Amino acid sequence: MTKVSKKFGTLTANENISFSVSKGEILAVLGENGAGKTTLMNVIFGHYIPDSGTIALKGVRMRSGDTKAAIKSGIGMVHQHFTLAENLTVLENILIGRNPLWGWTLNTKAAEQKIMDISERFGLKIDPHARVLDLSVGEKQRLEILKTLYSNCDLVILDEPTASLTPQEVDNLFVTIQSMVKSGLSVILISHKLDEILKVSDRILVLRHGKVVADMARVKANKALLAELIVGRKIKRPIQKKAKFTSKVLDLNSINTSPTQGSPMGLKNIDLELRGGEIHGIAGVAGNGQRALCELIAGQIKPQSGNLAYKGVLVNSFNVKKFMAMGIAYIPEDRNIDGVIGDMSIQENSVLSELNNPKIATPRGFLLLKECVAYAKNICKKYDVRTQSLSQPARLLSGGNVQKLLIGRWLERNPNVIIACQPTRGLDEGAIAAVHSMLLNAKSDGRAILVVTEDLDELLLISDKVSVMYNGSLTAAKQAKKLEKREIGLMMTGSKIEETIR
Amino acid sequence: MRLEARDHVPEWLTFLVPILAIFFSLFVAATLLIIADAPPLESFYYLIKGAFGSKNAIAETGARATPLILTGLAAGIAFRAKFWNIGAEGQLYAGAIAVTVVGTGAINLPSTLMIPFLFLVGALAGAVAILPSVILKQLFKVDEVVTTLLMNFIIILFVSFVLDGPLKDPMSMGWPQAASIVDSGVLPQIMERTRLHFGFIVAIVTALMIWFILGKTTFGFKIRAVGYNSSAAYHSGHSVIKTMILVACISGGLAGLAGVTETAGLKGYLTLDLSPGFGYTGIAVAMLAALNPIGIVFSAIFLATIYVGADSMSRAMNVPTYLADVVVAVTVLSVLISLVLTQYKFYFKSNSK
Repeated sequence: MTKVSKKFGTLTANENISFSVSKGEILAVLGENGAGKTTLMNVIFGHYIPDSGTIALKGVRMRSGDTKAAIKSGIGMVHQHFTLAENLTVLENILIGRNPLWGWTLNTKAAEQKIMDISERFGLKIDPHARVLDLSVGEKQRLEILKTLYSNCDLVILDEPTASLTPQEVDNLFVTIQSMVKSGLSVILISHKLDEILKVSDRILVLRHGKVVADMARVKANKALLAELIVGRKIKRPIQKKAKFTSKVLDLNSINTSPTQGSPMGLKNIDLELRGGEIHGIAGVAGNGQRALCELIAGQIKPQSGNLAYKGVLVNSFNVKKFMAMGIAYIPEDRNIDGVIGDMSIQENSVLSELNNPKIATPRGFLLLKECVAYAKNICKKYDVRTQSLSQPARLLSGGNVQKLLIGRWLERNPNVIIACQPTRGLDEGAIAAVHSMLLNAKSDGRAILVVTEDLDELLLISDKVSVMYNGSLTAAKQAKKLEKREIGLMMTGSKIEETIR
Repeated sequence: MRLEARDHVPEWLTFLVPILAIFFSLFVAATLLIIADAPPLESFYYLIKGAFGSKNAIAETGARATPLILTGLAAGIAFRAKFWNIGAEGQLYAGAIAVTVVGTGAINLPSTLMIPFLFLVGALAGAVAILPSVILKQLFKVDEVVTTLLMNFIIILFVSFVLDGPLKDPMSMGWPQAASIVDSGVLPQIMERTRLHFGFIVAIVTALMIWFILGKTTFGFKIRAVGYNSSAAYHSGHSVIKTMILVACISGGLAGLAGVTETAGLKGYLTLDLSPGFGYTGIAVAMLAALNPIGIVFSAIFLATIYVGADSMSRAMNVPTYLADVVVAVTVLSVLISLVLTQYKFYFKSNSK
């Protein structure tokens, strides 16, 4: 790849980027959101046409902007978000788009044999006849890789492959990647997680503002150096201040719920106590009831049995508006779906939850447009939401800025309880630090905070207390300082919760 | 040729596109006129003349635009909230039935009270007509496209029943039509000796009100929020169900108003041919205006021009009036397609081989 540039309007996403990947090499591409990683990969894969520069594979110059040609010449891409048809089987998903559309029979026997061969060779265990919707996240990931390998590629691009995997699944994935390069494939790995990259890659390419700022062998890199290269300055890690617990704010007493969409097992006998001035971290593999717990505390679902007390008063009616008015803020996991409205402006998104606020609208429901602008301006300034203008649609914001906008919007309400579900998922180092310091500041302001996360480093970094969720149940809380990552990892897979805890 | 998504759509493009679309559809119409052996320019002259050539022509265009503005608003506000109300035709007739029930002698008030009363009754009837659809949607997730569409047939068959039964005018010599609206309920003319009536003003004021509600009130904010992303609206403490039901009722009510203007304004009594598909054309009106309430006024007037003008063109040039439908359909299609295309940049050559 030589001197590739790509501009969007006035924004230069990639500027004169040159790099190479050799056979059997794992190249890690690092960079903040908006540094141009995804653009670059899309150029390689033929989704975008570069404004200048060329790409060559095995010495042959590739026609730019031709996805089919890219696939044919041996480039495979595993996207961050799965591109699978949920209602089809594993086998069918692999065959989609590969067999001629007009034909009487699918040659499934041969295909199945080939899939079995590949999966054996690279340790990608999967049942070809399982339906995709029954697969776990890790299995879906394996299927995505299998799909790519099926088309005999030489270069596999993995975009944020570990974003939603457990530590154990990540280890499995890395074994697979290692066996891929051993058999002569090349891998480009895009990731935010510095630890993982240092563990698995051979060479590291760092992008910043669309330019290559470093291209170095792994042995020369270390975590602090990479973090600095990525953001271009030293990141100030927020410091965990000593917790001063205040009064009990929220008290959940043996709560059970019926199954909900995100949590098919419902909640089982949940006991939880949140105090002002403390961060309670909840670990667990996604889909073990964390979502239901958040929704319960946000007033979206109601318990079947058990009770919930807020500041010592039993709560009987569960609805979002009432819980918001009580002082509970819920920062949802999927910030682009449940958090902001992409097609509305940043200004409108800043006041989305404030329509009952007398500063924003009169009691009769007339919007005070000037005050709305001031309100939005204040949020953007106070919480460092970087935007060109307030009238820009929110979908143009980067993930980090969306999250800062959302958390800022909630903090402006002065909530007593903040529930943050996966608050830093998919964010870059700089934004993660910003989110963490927002949460820690809120804590020292005396708010009670519940953080649900799969990232154990984050969990131990910011929480005062930790409990683990497995199959709808919650373990008793333990001091974060006394816990080790490995221990939590074991609890996450449900092994003898009682013994580990006590 | 390749497409690439834009981050920003330049403003001039969003203005230029509908105009280009109109020219394109006129070009298509010209081709058809040539096939029909009529000189296109002369035909267009008669079309414009028929729509604006005289006081009467202008009045006729305004009268035709009146129900289209209201049904356009009905579709526009519902579509904003992503409630796909295809049932404006039925809701229009529901409004018409209601004003016939109360307005043909059952209640008689002075004009200044009677006319607002009729509008209120018509709007309520339209709202009631949409309720089953929105409730089925919220309770059982029944697709509103199907239910609102099917309600049209139910209501229109019901109209046909009442016109041959309880509401049949005994003086109608056997025609299936209802008795006339009482004099105090008839909408006054706003241009002398023409068919342009007070309903036109009501329609424009309504459009301004909807524009104000959507842009300047919390309720309008909620409608847009629910329409763009109901999940985020829900998480921010807004009741999606309540908003949806209210929007649907307003949408049905607006279509009901169109039933009032046609019954009490244009015709004076209810018949089965009260609306030549105003409810459906309203969807085209709203789409052409990109759901903007002020734009809906202009697009309704544009469509009215085409329909009214096509009548006189057809008489003068001896071509079928169906050409009007072609122009309208091609305009709407080309506007919709080009609005999507403005989101992209074009590359006509694949650079670098």
